[in-house]
Amino acid sequence: MTAVIEAKGIIRDYAIPGGLFRKAGAVRALKGISFSVEQGKTLAIVGESGCGKSTLARIITLIDPASGGDLLIDGQKVDVRGLTPELRRKVQIVFQNPYGSLNPRQKVGDMLMEPLLLNTDDSASTRREKAMAMLVKVGLGHEHFGRYPHMFSGGQRQRLAIARALMVNPRLLVLDEPVSALDLSVQAQVLNLLADLQAEFDLTYVFISHDLSVVRYIADNVMVMYKGEVVEYGTRDEVFGNPQHEYTRTLFAATPEANIDSIRARVERRRAAGIGA
Amino acid sequence: MALLEIRNLNVSFATSTGMFHAVKGLDLKVHPREVLAIVGESGSGKSVSMLAAMGLLPKTAKVTADVMSFNGRDLLTMPASERRAIIGKDISMIFQEPIASLNPCFTVGYQLEETLRAHLGLGGSERRKRAIELFTAVGIPDPEKKLSAYPHQMSGGQCQRVMIAIAIACKPKLLIADEPTTALDVTIQKQILDLLMKLQEETGMGMIMITHDMGVVAETADRVIVKYKGRKMEEADVLTLFEAPSHPYTKALLSALPENATGDRLSTVSDFVDMAALEGQQ
Repeated sequence: MTAVIEAKGIIRDYAIPGGLFRKAGAVRALKGISFSVEQGKTLAIVGESGCGKSTLARIITLIDPASGGDLLIDGQKVDVRGLTPELRRKVQIVFQNPYGSLNPRQKVGDMLMEPLLLNTDDSASTRREKAMAMLVKVGLGHEHFGRYPHMFSGGQRQRLAIARALMVNPRLLVLDEPVSALDLSVQAQVLNLLADLQAEFDLTYVFISHDLSVVRYIADNVMVMYKGEVVEYGTRDEVFGNPQHEYTRTLFAATPEANIDSIRARVERRRAAGIGA
Repeated sequence: MALLEIRNLNVSFATSTGMFHAVKGLDLKVHPREVLAIVGESGSGKSVSMLAAMGLLPKTAKVTADVMSFNGRDLLTMPASERRAIIGKDISMIFQEPIASLNPCFTVGYQLEETLRAHLGLGGSERRKRAIELFTAVGIPDPEKKLSAYPHQMSGGQCQRVMIAIAIACKPKLLIADEPTTALDVTIQKQILDLLMKLQEETGMGMIMITHDMGVVAETADRVIVKYKGRKMEEADVLTLFEAPSHPYTKALLSALPENATGDRLSTVSDFVDMAALEGQQ
């Protein structure tokens, strides 16, 4: 089985302009990232702010070019300068903040039909039909077609962002912290929706997150990044069961424990110290 | 005696579509040396209720309460000048966005010393000495140098440490932390929570931890209040809440945690509770 996406030694440099007191330089945001994801699987990318995970997302989504390395989609090498609509259709992205990623002046229906207008030869009536069908798929209704984004809650907006990404039948969906801005109960609904859609369309996900409990729930493979490098890459059970790198262990140790035993231990320790209720 | 006692707090805002009730009939007590967590989703009124207690809401907000007292003194009838003497000294607050809550035009040292001058009236050299002590206590490396740094020269975690230093500068009796780690990375979150708990244990101050994260509740709280749409759903000590939650909404919240997933699907709140019934309930 060929991988839907394969990255080989992706490098990204950002130039820092020189000034009166400073020489021009470069920051290497990605230092040779390699991974591959097979069809229908989910790769989770975990890391702190500034580790380069969003830079990587932009490169995978063909928004930004890489400074070096190869990116293969469906086994075909990608050059950002010569993109075909066909290639564009294959990768879509959902951003973190649904309040920022939807155009407040565009009706939901227009927003969903726009990718079809740009990337396909569908007629107006087909576009409309497809948009209506997609609204239902993501758990909204036909009545939402003519509304504006401000009329929706955060969870509903994220559903819209997902709907927009799926309009062109992509093979790969890049999810850049799709549930971080959402409340817990809404987060659960959106994660369930993502699982349903993956099963229905045989989608491949690259799921970027800093929340380890979400990653553990959704991922097949996990890649941990730190300062532009991959420090750990393996199946979910390998990474969570037996983390090899120091940083991964720090990350796991820092995640709050919500199990009864650790709460009981903490409460007893505080009581012994004469603190607390 | 309770440190902060609030009975039947109501907060409402006038909007173009009529009154919006952000907090409905909240009762709350915090004792010295205790950590109370208020947990709820966005819009549950958890921040607004604490801002009301601090007197930090805009004039458009209508705040009523049967009792609102701090350390036996009535906050409702107190003149504004007396209240100002308490706020920032005996009750202090840490906010969610550390970088946004510091003034970008002044050094962090100036902002810390401002609190010391306003509330304790310390002289220049004493202020500086105390400021260095505080920076050391919150774990800022090289405190003497960092006093003359501006907020943009520090990371988010360091800014939050500065905020904590300002908040504990006058040895408050009650510290209100409003989502203190939400904007921070998980490893930094751990450091900040550990720091807050260490300070709380050392000084024995009361603390209110406002959060939406059940993990943070599990790591910090003694007692927990769960809120939804302005109402208190449940109040329990932390072990009882996690072991045997009594309110369906709390059960739902706990089972929506990805680590509590059973099988392939996550339970959502609507699997447990009829939301309409919850909102109508008095």
